[in-house]
Amino acid sequence: MSTVTIAATDVELNDEGFFVQPEQWTEDMVPELAHREGIDELTDAHWQVIRFMRSEFLSKGTGPTVRVLGKTSGVSIKELYQLFPKGPAKVAAKIAGIPKPRGCI
Amino acid sequence: MAYRVVILGGGTGGTLTANRLRRVYSEAEADITVIDQDDRHIYQPGLLFVPFGLASADDIVRPRGRQLHRGIAYVKSAIDHVDLGSNQVTLENGTTLGYDVLVVATGAVLVPEETEGLTDAGWMDKVFTFYSLEGATALEAALATFDGGRLVVNVVDMPIKCPVAPLEFCFLADWYFHERGIRDQVQLTYVTPLDGAFTKPVASTRLAGMLAEKGVDLVTEFNTGEVDGAGGHLAAYDGREVEFDLAVVVPLHGGAPYIGRSPGLGDELNFVPTDEHTLQSKAAPNVFVIGDAANVPTSKAGSVTHFEGEVLVENIHRYLAGDPLDQSFDGHTNCFIETGFHKALLIDFNYDTEPLPGHYPTRVGLPLLAESRLNHLGKLMFQWFYWHGLLPGRDIPGISSTMPESGKIPAELSGARKD
Repeated sequence: MSTVTIAATDVELNDEGFFVQPEQWTEDMVPELAHREGIDELTDAHWQVIRFMRSEFLSKGTGPTVRVLGKTSGVSIKELYQLFPKGPAKVAAKIAGIPKPRGCI
Repeated sequence: MAYRVVILGGGTGGTLTANRLRRVYSEAEADITVIDQDDRHIYQPGLLFVPFGLASADDIVRPRGRQLHRGIAYVKSAIDHVDLGSNQVTLENGTTLGYDVLVVATGAVLVPEETEGLTDAGWMDKVFTFYSLEGATALEAALATFDGGRLVVNVVDMPIKCPVAPLEFCFLADWYFHERGIRDQVQLTYVTPLDGAFTKPVASTRLAGMLAEKGVDLVTEFNTGEVDGAGGHLAAYDGREVEFDLAVVVPLHGGAPYIGRSPGLGDELNFVPTDEHTLQSKAAPNVFVIGDAANVPTSKAGSVTHFEGEVLVENIHRYLAGDPLDQSFDGHTNCFIETGFHKALLIDFNYDTEPLPGHYPTRVGLPLLAESRLNHLGKLMFQWFYWHGLLPGRDIPGISSTMPESGKIPAELSGARKD
């Protein structure tokens, strides 16, 4: 676990880089969090996925997996990988300030 | 008037639930009906052995109706949908059945058509699955004539039934080709979407070590986007490719299709959102879920279904009596992992504790996370227990539904971290 300053606010991230306390997240942290993941240009499609991840987490308690994202976010899995080449579910979860999606049991 | 209990699915969960309920309620107290679309009850752990000629269809299939005790009605029909508002199940032919309690036990189905190219040219020719009886049988013939080349074992995405089975397939393939004297001509590769050999850290490290010892290459974080049977390669969404001469693919899984036709019952993948401790569905208080059909955060495995049975039946009883539900299901999972050469590994875990080394169920028991002949015999003997103990709803002496801790070495001492 480590404390990192994002958008002038201290937040706690776990060893894998996911938010420990999702309530510490605010939307103005998104550009800096995206930059940390190698995404410098945030398109509307990025925002659509990030906001979708966030709202799914808030209503269901866990973020969706890539497969569920492809079925429900309005963005196909192929496009999701173009937006987040290092893995849509994990990277978008980090940027959306939510824990690692609990798909893998 | 008798309670009406309708159980959807006559597999492991549906059968053991019906038989346990029949002992709790007399025929005057409850009508119990089991619905399934076919009369073939497959002992699914046996599918792993079919491709290697170690089991045949005759050994692992029995009629569903015969596994149900007297006084349980068995209806052979596909299900069209469930109407939660009117508490009714509609069958394929339009017949309706009303229920006071519904048990969803229809498991998980394979959806190979959701992966681009998987069921196109090459399917059942160069690309197989052992997750169906037809696939496992066809694969046996293909392996018998496979004289060398690249054999790739691929899991498309989680969740899948029995997440250790594809690893077991690798171990058994290694053994099989050794026995045939051509192991040095076969390149074995395990391609997984996970970031390691398995989901849980201690077991993942141990299993990755075993793959390496047996000369099986491991490709991780591979999210399969396309299977090109004719061209002989898997393609990941991130652009990576793995070439093969023969591919053994575990397709995507979903819940039964009727769940998608039943408003409010399932999630995006047709699994049923379920309370992980009581096994009551989140869709309606009189709907309970057992086995692979539930979205609870544990493995989709027969042992889980077995351990769920006790809490499930207790909670149906409490629900009908108007009492608060028992919240004691802990996600207990127990798997024998065949490693070839007459040996097997055993893992035991629950929602909170990952698989750890030690012994099961107590200090003088089967070795955990270690290869032994005893575990292999345990796996073989289990098939007898399945038909004669588990399905009839009998408990195993000394084996509790909740996970035992006494024989385990804590994670701190076994070099594990807790997620």
